Amino acid sequence: MTQFNLFSKAPDGELYTKWEEYKSNLKKLTPKEANKYKVIVIGTGLAGASASATLAENGFNVHAFSFHESPRRAHSIAAQGGINAAKNYKSDGDSVMRLFYDTIKGGDFRSREDNVYRLAEISKNIIDQCVAQGVPFAREYGGLLDNRSFGGVQVSRTFYARGQTGQQLLLGAYSALSRQMENKKVRFYSRHDMLDVVLVNGKAKGIVTRDLISGKISTHSADAVILATGGYSNVYYLSTNAMASNVTANWRAHRKGALFANPSFTQIHPTCIPVKNDFQSKLTLMSESLRNDGRVWVPKKKKDQRKATDIPEDERDYYLERIYPAFGNLVPRDVASRRAKEVCDEGRGVGPTGYAVYLDFQKSIEEKGEDFIREKYGNLFDMYQNITDENPYKTPMKIYPAVHYTMGGLWVDYNLMTTINGLFSIGESNFSDHGANRLGASALMQGLADGYFIVPHTAMDFLAKEKPLEKDITDMPEFVDAKKKTEEEILKLMKVDGDLAVDEVHRELGKIVWDKVGMARNERDLKSALEEIPKVKEKFWNQISIPGDDKDVNQELEKALRIKDFIELAELMAHDALDRNESCGAHFREEYQTDENEAKRNDEEFKYVAAWDYSEEENPKLYKEELKYKNVKLKTRSYK
Amino acid sequence: MNINLKIWRQKSDQKDGGLRSYRLENIDPNISFLEMLDILNIKLVKEKKDPVAFDHDCREGICGSCGFMINGRPHGPQKATTVCQLHMRAFNNEDNILLEPFRAESFPVIKDLSVDRKSFDRIISSGGYVAVDTGDVIEANSIPVAKEDADEAFLSSACIGCGACVAACKNSSAMLFTAAKVSHLSLLPQGEKEGKERVVNMVATMDEEGFGACTNTGACSAECPKEIAQTNIARLNREFIKSKI
Repeated sequence: MTQFNLFSKAPDGELYTKWEEYKSNLKKLTPKEANKYKVIVIGTGLAGASASATLAENGFNVHAFSFHESPRRAHSIAAQGGINAAKNYKSDGDSVMRLFYDTIKGGDFRSREDNVYRLAEISKNIIDQCVAQGVPFAREYGGLLDNRSFGGVQVSRTFYARGQTGQQLLLGAYSALSRQMENKKVRFYSRHDMLDVVLVNGKAKGIVTRDLISGKISTHSADAVILATGGYSNVYYLSTNAMASNVTANWRAHRKGALFANPSFTQIHPTCIPVKNDFQSKLTLMSESLRNDGRVWVPKKKKDQRKATDIPEDERDYYLERIYPAFGNLVPRDVASRRAKEVCDEGRGVGPTGYAVYLDFQKSIEEKGEDFIREKYGNLFDMYQNITDENPYKTPMKIYPAVHYTMGGLWVDYNLMTTINGLFSIGESNFSDHGANRLGASALMQGLADGYFIVPHTAMDFLAKEKPLEKDITDMPEFVDAKKKTEEEILKLMKVDGDLAVDEVHRELGKIVWDKVGMARNERDLKSALEEIPKVKEKFWNQISIPGDDKDVNQELEKALRIKDFIELAELMAHDALDRNESCGAHFREEYQTDENEAKRNDEEFKYVAAWDYSEEENPKLYKEELKYKNVKLKTRSYK
Repeated sequence: MNINLKIWRQKSDQKDGGLRSYRLENIDPNISFLEMLDILNIKLVKEKKDPVAFDHDCREGICGSCGFMINGRPHGPQKATTVCQLHMRAFNNEDNILLEPFRAESFPVIKDLSVDRKSFDRIISSGGYVAVDTGDVIEANSIPVAKEDADEAFLSSACIGCGACVAACKNSSAMLFTAAKVSHLSLLPQGEKEGKERVVNMVATMDEEGFGACTNTGACSAECPKEIAQTNIARLNREFIKSKI
């Protein structure tokens, strides 16, 4: 078994100048030299599309793969609220340092200083880039860019395009990608799943894919592979992720030697439309930006059956404003979610299930007018009404936390390279910048920072030291073997002749993970999850049914291949949550809390990134990357 | 509620298709239309029958993956709503509901209700961008844009590329889709410089892909789930004429 020595490779020196200095020392290739190399990029969301476009502009030949029909359909498109940047346009005291500090603090001191500072620094370039592409950000009457606030911060630094910021940013990256497709520098493979990464002499040199239309299994060789495959929230079955978002590419890389970091750090977003029945297929997020104008409350009395509008002011508990007077409704996501769960567990939740709280706009509508609210959040209000059949201009929204984002992911160094040489991971698919909790409007920022401004430099440096492949090498035994194994696995799945739809098994898995590795965790539940998940695995391999042919469009087979990996990931999440005997950010262990029910960190013992190595026979093996803080003081996170 | 479905089943573009009937009982009117199809598919899987293939992903009305004809209308009966945002409460007990794929020569059927809309990507590739490389840009606020223009550009750029406009048009024209992108970029100073080339190339690609001509019936805009306005088409025409002068 390989032994790993986790070293971030971040250079020494001043935090403020480190990245610029480092970047200028990286090896460069001219476009003519770069033209000899081929790079595979998996995923075409913000990270993948921006990386593909930029690498192609630099002269590389990019082969971009997506399970979607078009790059524009990647799930980044659904991000609503905005993107952070330390532009300080509002002159409210914002700076790179402040964004850096907010992000480190928001992540409850479990992320790497060097990476986070670089992210904050690059945030400004991102806005310049997107504006140049024609991204129609919201503007003030003077024609300058507008900003709004987001949770966990006290400045206004979030750029937005109504409630469709992700869509507009992705369309920007997609347009840059399309331009390179037209230039023949990017070849796009639509409707392809990546099912394995191929290593030659320990380096990532290609992939195995399944064409989702013909069912054909193919191999592709390249000089480097970049994974931009997003997060794994769908391990919970119900999440705000798109239906097909999955962990498969990452998991297959993990099985080949890429360590998986902090898998149990999953973000539960406080403002989602509550679950309504057993047929529910996914959850819908209501942007956090709504907390700028909406006030969160529940009745003071338990099991209060009155209509929201019939409950007088003095019988309402605006609990976030009460507990956190400084940040009020704008506390970070993990805090807002946990407090919502707490008031509902007390029996003060609202709605038919008792698992919802109100998000009330009445005061803002009275003060600023309905038109103002419509202008800012119109599409979100429409979406809410469409789903719930209730008018949020007249009656408060009902919301409840739901799984939304995964801070964990493949372990990467400062170059965003995984523990497999030549295999990079960018955007949500890596673990790098958000620690134990991500602040709102930071996912878009990280995806684009990695894709436009980091990996093009670090991958070029890596490639400049590599001899380019002279030809396609998919006839090498490593490729032939990987392809054969993939085909055998599919055959094995097709042969399971049970009577369960894969969705049914997925739902069962999701319930275990939500109940036991969800918003609050404890040793007993985590141990019981570790007993229950293998049973789900057994059920999956013995009782599912996949009708039809694998050499054809087969959406059930697609799902089965993904759920198989989610089951294995779920076990790893439980191991990780069990190992971490502390509470930090989104990882709330009930055994470790303060008298005021806040997360109790244990910096002495757990100030590390937990990176796990895969093992087929034994329990996963833990490697630790100690986190060093030279520029910030470790503090108890407080939003009071 | 109980419903009677007639669904177009077709193995692939190379094979003939036909309508098949299915009945579902005790459907909760508060579930979404696609959740209703999930229920049907789980039932079919349990009967070892091939489930109905359809495209969908975000189920939030933004990715543009979903879309098929419901009783002859793209995305079904509800205005400004994608299929994934449609709920069963929009139908009545014992309704007959007919599901067919978007029909257009430029959208070949992949299977059942799933069609191939890559022709849209090729239209965008031929000019739907500002030619700017990463890093080669100026400070964002040094390009002021009047709020009205930015808002108008945003409305055009809100197109999700689902293809309902093509399916709604008797000529299978992609004019609204193309016009939305041309408008978005021509309304902004960043997109102006390449304006002439852009409109000419995108219109040429639209024709090459086999989309029909626009006869301004307005069906596209009326059925568009994102309510992309028909004025975009007028703007494209203006840009096109400008490019000839």
